Amino acid sequence: MSRREKIWWVVAGVVILVYCLFPIAWIVSVSAKAPSDLTNGQFLPTKATFENYREILTGGSKDLFLPALRNSFGICLIATAISCLLAMFAAYAIARLDFPGKKLILSTALVVAIFPVISIVTPLFNVWRQIGLYDTWPGLIIPYLSLTLPISIWTMSAFFREIPWEMEQAAQVDGATTWQAFRKVIVPLAAPGVFTTAIIAFFIAWNDFIYGISLTSTSAARPVPAALGLFSGASQFENPTGAIAAAAVIVTIPVVLLVLLFQRRIVAGLTNGAVKG
Amino acid sequence: MSTTTLPPTKKDAPVSAPAGRTSDRARSERKLGWLLAGPAFLVMLAVTAYPILQAAYDSLFSYRLTDPDNRSFNGLGNYTVILTDRLWWTSLGVTLLITVITVLVELVLGFALAMVMAKMLRAIRPVVRAAILIPYAVITVVSAFAWQFAFDIDTGFVNSWFTWLPGVSADTDWFGDQGTSLLVVCLAEIWKTTPFISLLLLAGLAQVPEVLQEAAQVDGATWWQRLWKVTLPNMKAAIMVALLFRTLDAFRVFDSIFVMTNGANNTESVSFLAYRQTISRLEIGLGSAVSVLLFLCVVLLATLFIKGFKVDLASARGEG
Repeated sequence: MSRREKIWWVVAGVVILVYCLFPIAWIVSVSAKAPSDLTNGQFLPTKATFENYREILTGGSKDLFLPALRNSFGICLIATAISCLLAMFAAYAIARLDFPGKKLILSTALVVAIFPVISIVTPLFNVWRQIGLYDTWPGLIIPYLSLTLPISIWTMSAFFREIPWEMEQAAQVDGATTWQAFRKVIVPLAAPGVFTTAIIAFFIAWNDFIYGISLTSTSAARPVPAALGLFSGASQFENPTGAIAAAAVIVTIPVVLLVLLFQRRIVAGLTNGAVKG
Repeated sequence: MSTTTLPPTKKDAPVSAPAGRTSDRARSERKLGWLLAGPAFLVMLAVTAYPILQAAYDSLFSYRLTDPDNRSFNGLGNYTVILTDRLWWTSLGVTLLITVITVLVELVLGFALAMVMAKMLRAIRPVVRAAILIPYAVITVVSAFAWQFAFDIDTGFVNSWFTWLPGVSADTDWFGDQGTSLLVVCLAEIWKTTPFISLLLLAGLAQVPEVLQEAAQVDGATWWQRLWKVTLPNMKAAIMVALLFRTLDAFRVFDSIFVMTNGANNTESVSFLAYRQTISRLEIGLGSAVSVLLFLCVVLLATLFIKGFKVDLASARGEG
């Protein structure tokens, strides 16, 4: 490749980087603006301040933000764990066993994945109120399974399909017990697929907004996106923009970390599940 | 000239047992299969089939949560009310407009991104790949706020940066009318989901056989001809999967509209209409009917795609 061509590819790379990171840089910049700077019409603050972070972490808005952060982590982790566990068994069966109904399970997962969330919310809103699940963690964990389970089944069965299962028998022939063969051979081979699936499922649960605003009413179960969407500041005389931006930056940090650490795996997981020739 | 694809090759079957096995073995494998996959299957049904049936039932009643004693059977009355109301048709129009614009732009932009990434130098590829995952992973609500703050008449920088564009001045109120509000909503949606599409298309690009490209090049095909006659036909499956998923996803648009306009100036989507009827106005009957109609729209779209474009999702991933 000539020098000139190389320069063009670097330019193209920089354009893509700017495209991806510009809105993130902007929200970080807003979060560092003092109230007097918010309406300065500029991208950057005249002087960076941590005032907005103080407001949501220790100040007047901490009771709106911190419980929501705890709810989001708890609810999303539990929903991810449940759907990965269920999907693990299902994906093992789909990848390894020969049984009728495999196609039915995969197409059901597909139908559930394209299901409009709002159509689930309407009846749940009514039923949850009657049976006391409204505004509780289980009240969100159960519907979150409709978001996380289908993608988990697809992604994990695509991963499991590529595991060389014969190695289990090979280990047994070499004298390993069934448990050892499973523990030492299959688990290390399957773990990356399970782990990647868990990250993707977590992203999807973490992103939910409709269930969050519809099925909660207090900080008992309201997750972060819903708290952000309904955030109006500690008092009605304050402009909540800076505080919202600071909270937005804080909830973006975990996903950015996951992306930076596991980018290769996440890409494999996203594309394996959907496109496989 | 026709398009060029390689003849299909037979896929490896998972791990199928030898032909002459006993039916006992087959039966126990079948049992084990359902035992393992059954719970996931049942949970999926429980969290979707049950609610939609309940919604279909609720939609037949005139039922307000604030007035539960006056719940009465109303037949298809709720549907008549909705389908004769301008609000439904406006929200359906808004939803279709957003869907068509975002999906088309995302497909073209995503394909361009995929082409660039496919040829990218090895040294910068991981950096670009990590960056491109960030819009995908960022919460939709956060992205909606970022775009809203940027265009907002008070907090934004867009008005002061783009005064050189015709029609943009220091006091352009982007969220003051339907067209410009929807434009910003579309921009936010496009920003967030194009990277995902480009990753799917990149995976599709990798499946285009190199030999065909080389053969076409030897035969003197131009870059444009190779694109239309070799590259695109060979990645039809990937394009269709991306298109199907994104269309149905775009059709459910809700978060960005909630954050940016809250439905003002006729920017309600169908999901937003259903939300407002049920959760804000507590009209369970009407809200359920909107939900059922939205569900039917999605089913109709999916059927059109799968039948119309002959997308075989199972065979697209080696299942057939």
